[in-house]
Amino acid sequence: MTSATVTANPSLRSELVGARLPAWAPYGSAVASVGLAVLLRWMLEWTGWATTFVAAALLFVVVLTGWSFAVEGRRQAKNRFASTLIYASFLAAIVPLVLILTYIGIKGFSVFSADFFLRSMNGVTSRMEGGGLYHALIGTLQQVAIAAIVALPIGIFTAIYLVEYGRGAFAKTVTFFVDVMTGVPSIVAGLFVYTFLLLGFGMRPFGAAGALALAILMVPVSVRASEEMLKLVPRDLRDASYALGVPKWRTIVKVVLPTAMSGLITSSLLAVARVAGETAPLILLTGYTASINMNPFAGDQATLPMMVWDQLGKRSGTTSNDLTEARAWGAALTLVLLVLILNIGARLLARLAKPKTH
Amino acid sequence: MVQTAGDDSRTDDPFEIAAQGVPGANPLYGGPTPDSADKVDAPGTILPDGRPEAGISGRSVRLGDRVFKALAAGSGAILLIVMAAIAIFLVWKAIPAFTDNAGNLFTTQTWNPQGTPAVFGMAAVFFGTVMSAFIAMIVGVPVAIGIALFISHYASRRAATTLGAIVDLLAAVPSLVFGMWGLYFLIPETKGFQAWMSEYFGWIPLFDNTTATTVDQFGKSLLIAGIVLAIMIIPIVSAVCREVFLQVPQETVDASWALGATKWEMIRTAVLPFGRAGIISAAMLGLGRALGETIAVALVLNSGFRINWHITEPGGDTFASTIALKFGEAGGSPVAIAALIAAGLFLFVITLVVNTAARIVIARKKDFT
Repeated sequence: MTSATVTANPSLRSELVGARLPAWAPYGSAVASVGLAVLLRWMLEWTGWATTFVAAALLFVVVLTGWSFAVEGRRQAKNRFASTLIYASFLAAIVPLVLILTYIGIKGFSVFSADFFLRSMNGVTSRMEGGGLYHALIGTLQQVAIAAIVALPIGIFTAIYLVEYGRGAFAKTVTFFVDVMTGVPSIVAGLFVYTFLLLGFGMRPFGAAGALALAILMVPVSVRASEEMLKLVPRDLRDASYALGVPKWRTIVKVVLPTAMSGLITSSLLAVARVAGETAPLILLTGYTASINMNPFAGDQATLPMMVWDQLGKRSGTTSNDLTEARAWGAALTLVLLVLILNIGARLLARLAKPKTH
Repeated sequence: MVQTAGDDSRTDDPFEIAAQGVPGANPLYGGPTPDSADKVDAPGTILPDGRPEAGISGRSVRLGDRVFKALAAGSGAILLIVMAAIAIFLVWKAIPAFTDNAGNLFTTQTWNPQGTPAVFGMAAVFFGTVMSAFIAMIVGVPVAIGIALFISHYASRRAATTLGAIVDLLAAVPSLVFGMWGLYFLIPETKGFQAWMSEYFGWIPLFDNTTATTVDQFGKSLLIAGIVLAIMIIPIVSAVCREVFLQVPQETVDASWALGATKWEMIRTAVLPFGRAGIISAAMLGLGRALGETIAVALVLNSGFRINWHITEPGGDTFASTIALKFGEAGGSPVAIAALIAAGLFLFVITLVVNTAARIVIARKKDFT
């Protein structure tokens, strides 16, 4: 039986598929819309490129959707419209991030020098050049360390309770309030420590008060993240340990915690990073000083955020000038680098040292 | 050979010997008569020499277990105590704001707690807070949902993790930096945009700027504060939405593909309805964040202390920015401090309500999955 001659005609589309735009349609529309926007700019004599950019974007959406509507039909046109919007929304996240990081990078880097990191602002007025953030860096590191020492054990033990022991009303209440505490604004935590410590006992601002507020903000983050890490430890490990007659507390200390250790370190680093950049509680609690204060329990202590706040003139209600603004940017960039190092370190650790579950 | 209980001294069969201790192992053998050494005591029994018996019960009678459990439960209790303490102290110290105030705390717009008499109220502050948070939600939540959809359904698997990490990086940037960027970059760059909004959309009173005559006078407005807040809430909202969208059951997605849906139709019918509770909860979490944001708003807005519906005009206050900005001058005056604590109390209650509602929504959804 002879086979039916089917002419291999590549231009014959399957009849099951409706008309489709060519694959180069989005690129074609982009070129067309940019061209149209530039034309409009020339014709309407716009200044600057922002309006042209916006016009090109809007024209792209119109051209692609319209073309698709004409060729492919309503459903496909809606699909293309939605896809364009979704791709655009992603750009809307990337663009601010890039803008912010490059802007602060450029502005802050210009003031970086060895002096900037090793000197304090002692004796440097707002009209003088020079000065540094050593005093602020020490303050931030000390206060974050104290906050971590206070908050991380509480967070991890609460997570242990919720995962290993928690059944019943108490555990449900704790879980609910951990969630609620994640939403407490930082200024409210600062206000609480202010009313409790500073007003209640009549104390002057000091560094560790700020650390206490940071600890309050750190605990819920630590609880949630540690809980997730502890839940990753498989039940079999615990059951094997119980089967061998090991008491519960030893199982947790010797089996569960070592297995989840890298995850717990990751969650702790994330909690510290979340809190290291907080400014609001520090305004109320730590004061500011231009000189180095190595004792977080006595007297005003400078921190990176408060140095920015002071250099921008917000602390004393004055205005800022180029010199103070440059220093403020330098301190802000240092803060961003500190937080980014903690964040990226935590993620690298999470990637490299997954919990050993076998 | 049938043997009676106790008469086990004459058997040679090792199995018989071994079986004597195990009840039911030898069906012909009745099993040992329980004596005092075999009896399983009640939990928590104290043996004659004073030691507690370690029974096979759920109660932790070992010292180590009790101490450890107390440590763990105690940490949870500390959390509850701190939450309660926050509420109690804020209410207690805010009382003078109600009693010593010549104006009405809820309806007065001006803020002068150090005048004689002290007149201050939360009306303008409340308006600024709600308006900036509202703008942040309108701008930020759709973008965040779009990002979450992009990462979960449009991007390739490998790109998805990287892109997710990049968006989370936005969450790591301190709010101080957002405020500075807003003040020094965004405001100068958007002066033209705000002027354009006022000119072409000014027929909507919301966008009309009645005071500015040149482009330069546009700037530190509630609109820009709302946009900065929107950028700040995008990571949180998109992270929660992403989690939810990734959990859509593959059968539902496959079913819509099988029916010939386009990608958008699949998302509209399979993903979004499934994620509705998650989206609502994510939006409310973002709202909570926007309401409590202090520094970014304090840097971007000028205080005005009046309710101004023209959001492109300069000026505005939120609870948090008022506390941060007015703290310095409130130093010696107890009434001023009490006024700030009252603002903090209002903020605490509002964010508490919003966050609790968000958790309830997501908890109710979990009951049905």
